[in-house]
Amino acid sequence: MAAAEEAGGAPGSASSAQRRLRVLSGHLRGSREAPALLSASPCGAQGAAGLPGPATIPKRRQELLKWNGWGYNDSKFIFNKKGQVEFTGKRYRLGGTVLPILKEWMEKTFGASLEHKTLPRATLNVNDVPPSFANEEFLQDLRATKISYSQDPEDRVFRAHGHCLHEILVLREGMFKRIPDIVVWPGCHEDVVKIVEVACKHNLCIIPFGGGTSVSSALECPEEEKRTIISLDTSQMNHILWIDERNLTARVEAGIVGQDLERQLAERGYCTGHEPDSMEFSSLGGWVATRASGMKKNIYGNIEDLVVHLKMVTPRGVIEKSCEGPRMSTGPDVHHFIMGSEGIFGVVTEVTVKIRPVPEYQKYGSVVFPNFERGVACLREVAKQRCAPASIRLMDNEQFQFGHALKPQVASIFTSFLDGLKKFYITKFKGFDPNVLCVATLLFEGDRERVLQHEKQVYDIAAKFGGLAAGEDNGQRGYMLTFVIAYLRDLGLDYYIIGESFETSVPWDRVLDLCRNVKERIVRECKEKGVQFAPLSTCRVTQTYDAGACVYFYFAFNYRGIGEPLHVYEQVETAAREEILANGGSLSHHHGVGKLRKQWMKETISDVGLGMLRSVKEYVDPNNIFGNRNLL
Amino acid sequence: MAAAPQRGSPLYAQKEFTSKKRDDFEDILEERRQSSDLRYAMKCFNPVVYKGLSPCKPSAIKTTVLQSDQVQYVIRQLSKEMGESPDIIQEEATEILDEMGHNIQTRTIRFFALTLSKVFKTLFRKICVNGEGIQKLQQAIQEHPVVLLPSHRSYMDFLMLSYLLYTYDLALPVIAAGIDFLGMRLVGELLRKSGAFFMRRTFGGDKLYWAVFAEYVKTMIRSGYAPMEFFLEGTRSRTGKTLTPKLGLLSIVMEPFFKREVFDTYLVPISISYDRILEESLYARELLGVPKPKESTSGLLKARKILSDDFGSVHIYIGQPLSLRALASGRIDRRPYNLIPRYLPQRPSEDIQDFVNDVAYKIELLQIENMVLSPWVLIATILLQNLPAIDFDLLVEKMLWLKGLTQTFGGFLEWPDHLCANKAVTSCLALHSNIFILVNGHVVLNDKGSEGGAMEELVFKQALAILMCGSYRNQLLNLFVRPALVSVALQMTQSFRKEEVYSCFSFLRDLFSDEFIFFPGIAVKDFEEGCFLLTKCDIIQVTAQEILVAEKGSAAVSFLSAMLRPFMESYQIICRYLSKEAKEAFTEKQMISGIRNFAFPLLETGSSQCYEVLSSDVQKNALSAFVRLHVVDKMKTTNGVTYAVKKDALNKTADMLDSRIPVIKPATARL
Repeated sequence: MAAAEEAGGAPGSASSAQRRLRVLSGHLRGSREAPALLSASPCGAQGAAGLPGPATIPKRRQELLKWNGWGYNDSKFIFNKKGQVEFTGKRYRLGGTVLPILKEWMEKTFGASLEHKTLPRATLNVNDVPPSFANEEFLQDLRATKISYSQDPEDRVFRAHGHCLHEILVLREGMFKRIPDIVVWPGCHEDVVKIVEVACKHNLCIIPFGGGTSVSSALECPEEEKRTIISLDTSQMNHILWIDERNLTARVEAGIVGQDLERQLAERGYCTGHEPDSMEFSSLGGWVATRASGMKKNIYGNIEDLVVHLKMVTPRGVIEKSCEGPRMSTGPDVHHFIMGSEGIFGVVTEVTVKIRPVPEYQKYGSVVFPNFERGVACLREVAKQRCAPASIRLMDNEQFQFGHALKPQVASIFTSFLDGLKKFYITKFKGFDPNVLCVATLLFEGDRERVLQHEKQVYDIAAKFGGLAAGEDNGQRGYMLTFVIAYLRDLGLDYYIIGESFETSVPWDRVLDLCRNVKERIVRECKEKGVQFAPLSTCRVTQTYDAGACVYFYFAFNYRGIGEPLHVYEQVETAAREEILANGGSLSHHHGVGKLRKQWMKETISDVGLGMLRSVKEYVDPNNIFGNRNLL
Repeated sequence: MAAAPQRGSPLYAQKEFTSKKRDDFEDILEERRQSSDLRYAMKCFNPVVYKGLSPCKPSAIKTTVLQSDQVQYVIRQLSKEMGESPDIIQEEATEILDEMGHNIQTRTIRFFALTLSKVFKTLFRKICVNGEGIQKLQQAIQEHPVVLLPSHRSYMDFLMLSYLLYTYDLALPVIAAGIDFLGMRLVGELLRKSGAFFMRRTFGGDKLYWAVFAEYVKTMIRSGYAPMEFFLEGTRSRTGKTLTPKLGLLSIVMEPFFKREVFDTYLVPISISYDRILEESLYARELLGVPKPKESTSGLLKARKILSDDFGSVHIYIGQPLSLRALASGRIDRRPYNLIPRYLPQRPSEDIQDFVNDVAYKIELLQIENMVLSPWVLIATILLQNLPAIDFDLLVEKMLWLKGLTQTFGGFLEWPDHLCANKAVTSCLALHSNIFILVNGHVVLNDKGSEGGAMEELVFKQALAILMCGSYRNQLLNLFVRPALVSVALQMTQSFRKEEVYSCFSFLRDLFSDEFIFFPGIAVKDFEEGCFLLTKCDIIQVTAQEILVAEKGSAAVSFLSAMLRPFMESYQIICRYLSKEAKEAFTEKQMISGIRNFAFPLLETGSSQCYEVLSSDVQKNALSAFVRLHVVDKMKTTNGVTYAVKKDALNKTADMLDSRIPVIKPATARL
């Protein structure tokens, strides 16, 4: 259910939501021809009319998605017969293209070799899967509700995890000790109410499941949980209930995934503009539950800015506000107990979100800076002048080179010549050191004239910090990195490379120190733990705010020759988080806490703060029906 | 640096007393004696520097400091407080910076390289440095900002160190020097151009000065501009004892790490020891109340006559660089630094102050541990217990015994060219003939020139020689203090009960904590260490409840406690003086001259042999110990600080010191 911005891939090339989604999977499934979007009572309507749901992701996720890796079954990086990396499938723009430099980059960066391969199991062995425990009385009550459910091992394993490294490794090589005993698919709010009632009656544990893109161990079943665990899969609650053009809002069921939401809104000429990098798979409810952030938050805001109203089912009852006023002074905002609650209080079922007309024009851009320091100074100035484009990201040198390695085979000699010329201009004429320079990627959005004006303003600021405009292509490729990264991790895993990403937010004046120190800490920890080859340790500033920035790290290393790679990896990850905190960074900007970062919650929000949350939990869910044990 | 798990003392590492590393020392003068000094001074100098360094001129640092948020903030604050325009205060800040700032220039360095080569070759036989230390330092300089923390025994120290780094092509340090040097025409500027920057001795109250100074130092740390060098002891030790650390500058250099402006900072303890200290007689005179000559250029020129003298060898031991990050791990709460903008001046929390204090002591203990000791240090110790004369052969015999003891205690003895003991003694006596000479097979005090003088002058001469000699014995005492204190405690209590011995030990340790370096707070560990060392040499046997002096050990116990006798006796005399003669309220100055007047007759009549009571160092330390133990009250008045004796407490302490009453058991004694 968790929506993690860069837990992996959205088709990073953020063209307008519409264009972007056209190349996505949506139209392949022909769902655009299913116009039954706006039903006042989807639960009933769907049941009665028997219309196929508009959802991209099917109920049996395994039909479309990988069971032990990221994304679609047909989309992955492979080494072709020539030994070059190629991306398969037709879902993404990158599909079918050869990436000639990537192999060399992998060898150079990680000391990886094609000869040393470690392949995962081909299929899930059903016999390994822990059996389902569910007593007959409960099942009878469940059947009486007529809500769809399954005890199939594949269905249950699919909902036992998110996409943390250790979870993927378990899928590849082992089996979870505890997984849900049963999966239920409520079709609407009322179904959820019924399920929660049944669970309360029998004292069972519910773990809500949305898109399954969590990167905080939030979906892992607590091993010590003795009660039947119900995975409440919201994916069938995926309808837009209404669109209100006067107020520019839409009422949407919480199980809808990002790509479906944007595609369906686009058909009416609207968008939410909320584009976390996981938007192909992550759900609206998940965004709410983790306080998600979207790439274009500078225009549209983060999830807390987008939500106007929401409804959550808790063991204590349903919580919702009585009206949709745009702002209220009615005590602490109860929405903020729900946003970021990570499934410990209840299930979000319906959300009213703000919508905007689909923008007329979009343009990518990029700027090269002589070094990271200058780049950060420029981003700070842009934030100060409050003229940040829809998206502005600054990649450090390592990430620039990483992005460069994803350059497709050039189509003509001319392009290659042009590239050479550009490179010559920047490195020789302007004197930028290719091993120091860094790149900012930009995305502008709005009406054409304003975009061009805006673009000029930003480039003018950049120039003051020694920045040189470096073209639209580089910008677009920069965004591509964020969606292929999760697919790339699967490729790395086949060659003894493990990696993960993590994020933080930090005041402006500490950005540089934090980036440098965290990267250095990773390198040192790896060395101390016996990692043979220096790790990839790279960062980018992905969001700007008035008072600070969001920083995103990638960290990966070649684990050949290490006894317990996962253990080493976890130690390094913990050290890196300690370093972040010591540098004044936050525990998380948008990935959430889950169980992975729980140990730091007390330090983060103080004893009293934790007590406040606990007392809410105590009131809302005294029997810990929502027992995923996140956060607290 | 394995941190002990005990709370409050995780920086206290168990030392290794076993066979001392015999690192290979390299003599850097050897090459100088063979090849051209001029060519050496003009050599191509491309030093190893910090990896993250972006080179800048000394003036650029000043500009950065002046424009920094930190300094600008203080300027604004002061401008508000005083109603003065910020420009005027800014002007003041510029002046401070100009007075303070170094102006390091390769030209001047080369000049020094040339002249110091000449000077060092005449003064010293050898300048030895541990090669491994140089290698580690070279590594450290590249990785992180480095702080060099040498011991301070002589003005030569910082010249020596810069010279050394130049020789090995390492980044030249910037050195915190006392402002007094600026009083010396030419020399002050010369030092400035060779990397010295100048700090006022006291600037506690001056906010602007503090801000500018701190920012100046931190700017250089942050940018890794150059290794930063200063003396933890704050001033040259006149007594050979390591002085208790000054914490101000140390906490400034640590701050960039606390605020995570740097990834880490290396602290490098360095021990510099001299066979014979250039200033030895100056120090002794100063301790006896002859005023220290003001630093002046003409004074320096006058001092050139020492060039004809022989000062033996110099040993520089560069210790293992300590990672501040590793030292601080788990000890620093990060929240306070996260919640306040980093440019705001922030009073360090108690935790941080304790941490800085612990690190300072740790480093000084390392300096002591790594300090090379010459055979003369052993000889001086023995001679002081055998005044006025000792048979040469007996001296050799005793020295060999003490050599063994020193090595078991972890002392770092350097035996010149592995001489036989006889020759070593002869050679040492030759070097220190100003103090002792060999007459007819006996070693006696050199009292040349004091025949027929007035009695008072005779005492003074005698005291001078003994204080000089004492400064070498003290080098050994730095290391021996724990077992020596256990020995004293054994003698004082006349008991075998461990608990009683410990009580006495703990009392003395507390009393002498200004005299010697003890890691803060852990009396038990010091006691155990002392006992352990004595056990190791078969001097005592320790059981669960008792400490027994071994049959053969009693001589050693006597010897060790005799090492501390001058201190014990001095404190006893000072107690007597205070209880008999001290006025209602007195100043430190009054006390010092009072004690001298009180002690002189005792020495003249021979009713005391404790010449060291005349040393102002002992007197001042005793006073601050008595203040600490609430035997003397310290009062701040408009006319400065005055003191008053609390008779009852004083008598009690005196009784304890004289073993008339047993030492009161500290409540928290846990063995």
